[in-house]
Amino acid sequence: MPQTLPQITMPLLEVDHVSHGYQKQLVVDDISFRLQQGEIACLLGASGCGKTTMLRLIAGFEAPRSGMLRVNGDIVANQQHFVPPEARRMGMVFQDYALFPHLSVADNIGFGLHKKSVLARRRRVDEMLDLVGLAGRGERYPHELSGGQQQRVALARALAPEPYLLLLDEPFSNLDVELRERLSLEVRDILKRSGIAAILVTHDQHEAFAVADVVGVMRGGRIEQWDTPYNLYHRPATRHVANFVGQGVFLPGEVMNQNAVRVELGLLDSDLPMECAKSCSECQRGCHLDVLLRPDDVVHDDASDVVAEVIAKAFRGAEFLYTLRLSSGREVLSLVPSHHNHAIGEKIGIRLAVDHVVGFRSDQ
Amino acid sequence: MFSTFDFSVIVASLPFIWSGLQFTFKLTFVAMTGGIIIGTFLALARLSSIGPLAAAASWYVNIMRSIPLVMVILWFYLVIPLITGKPMGAETSALVTFTAFEAAFFCEIMRAGIQGIPKGQVAAGQAMGFTYSQVMRFVVLPQAFRNMLPVLLTQTIVLFQDTSLVYAIGAKDMLKAAEVAGKNYNRPVEMIIFVAIVYFSLSFALSYVVKRLQKRIAIKR
Repeated sequence: MPQTLPQITMPLLEVDHVSHGYQKQLVVDDISFRLQQGEIACLLGASGCGKTTMLRLIAGFEAPRSGMLRVNGDIVANQQHFVPPEARRMGMVFQDYALFPHLSVADNIGFGLHKKSVLARRRRVDEMLDLVGLAGRGERYPHELSGGQQQRVALARALAPEPYLLLLDEPFSNLDVELRERLSLEVRDILKRSGIAAILVTHDQHEAFAVADVVGVMRGGRIEQWDTPYNLYHRPATRHVANFVGQGVFLPGEVMNQNAVRVELGLLDSDLPMECAKSCSECQRGCHLDVLLRPDDVVHDDASDVVAEVIAKAFRGAEFLYTLRLSSGREVLSLVPSHHNHAIGEKIGIRLAVDHVVGFRSDQ
Repeated sequence: MFSTFDFSVIVASLPFIWSGLQFTFKLTFVAMTGGIIIGTFLALARLSSIGPLAAAASWYVNIMRSIPLVMVILWFYLVIPLITGKPMGAETSALVTFTAFEAAFFCEIMRAGIQGIPKGQVAAGQAMGFTYSQVMRFVVLPQAFRNMLPVLLTQTIVLFQDTSLVYAIGAKDMLKAAEVAGKNYNRPVEMIIFVAIVYFSLSFALSYVVKRLQKRIAIKR
């Protein structure tokens, strides 16, 4: 009899080579990833990249054309099996909240608890109202609440039946910026306290970074990079990820040796051997790269020989974001503490402060 | 000109007309409730993903809506006894006909109501462990019904007026009672004027109620 090995960390969700499309067009193209218990992931991408379709596949509102989905080790969708959404135990928070307007807040939250006794149901509803900071508002109706409060009710309603996984589809896009930031942190806090794993879908990187432990940047139905927010910013795997996440510009550079590349602003040393991300495994002398420079890689320094002309500036409170023109005519961005207030047209000294060089081969 | 009229006959025939009006009410009520219930099922069938079911419901509705009501009334009255083999009274025939006929109209109202509920409501219900039919019952239909209540009542006002068409098969509704009373006293014009006033007052009052209701009942989002 074959022995089954004990599974030490069985992933909560396994997405295995899932593809889905309408007619000839593939919307989700061979996506694979895993999610552990308690982890918060985010699918980040521009509209039409397939992120919402991926979420609907996980929820069971769509059946994949090929590939497999597993929850807690059980297959919920492949070519032979399809578990309908009502049997998947997925909590879902929708972009427009989809609260039931004919039910009170308490009845909305208790809706998914139909299998429990009246008493257990009431206790759980109160617990949820407490969790989302709406204690005592159970008798209200959705239309009597503000957008932020409706959002919290939607969250409580999705969490009440203790789902395996919470799916959030652009949950903050209907809120104003200030509330969006506050709520995204609040949602992360609530999720971490309840220990429920979640997948958030958004096009807003600030939201993704604020909420998620791990982010998948999507484009054209594929995940370009599945990584921590820190790595996405500092070690983007593709040009698209580098462009989509954070600000920055590319400067042409020439590889001097494995740990150094020369750009217009000077020699860039890297403590790690340079890897032109995924374009080639090892960079050789003479190789031409496009080097990513984030605004925080370019530091204002009056002592520097290299000067650049200020052509635009944006006040950000603590700092200015300067757009600088180099002598070659190329532009870089620089984040400078805001007490260095320079006028447009002024020439300022700059130097580079890069710990990890990110470059992509120029011919790719 | 009214000097030649004798309105005292109305008072004398009030009990008789009242009995006719009772049937008018009964017919309206039965056709309304029956029509809404059957109409809701027809609407669900029309929106069903099961092709033949949707097609059958669609045919039924389109046929009913394309034939004048008075023909349906006559047709049912004459044909059903041929099928069942025993005569059916004019009153029973009217109840069946109106329910079947109104179901087609209520179906279209309920269909619009169901389609007016955002798809996200269904998805939300399913994500919380409810099957499609449960979601329909607990989420979609209650909202659709509430949203459509003013339209359903407006249709009921039309139905109330249309019940006078049972005249064609001699069922004793208010109009028939008035006609009979008019013949008895040889005062048909007074009687017709009187029932016209009753129809008008009831319809007008009901439409006023609908208008008030419309403001109060609409589900806010």
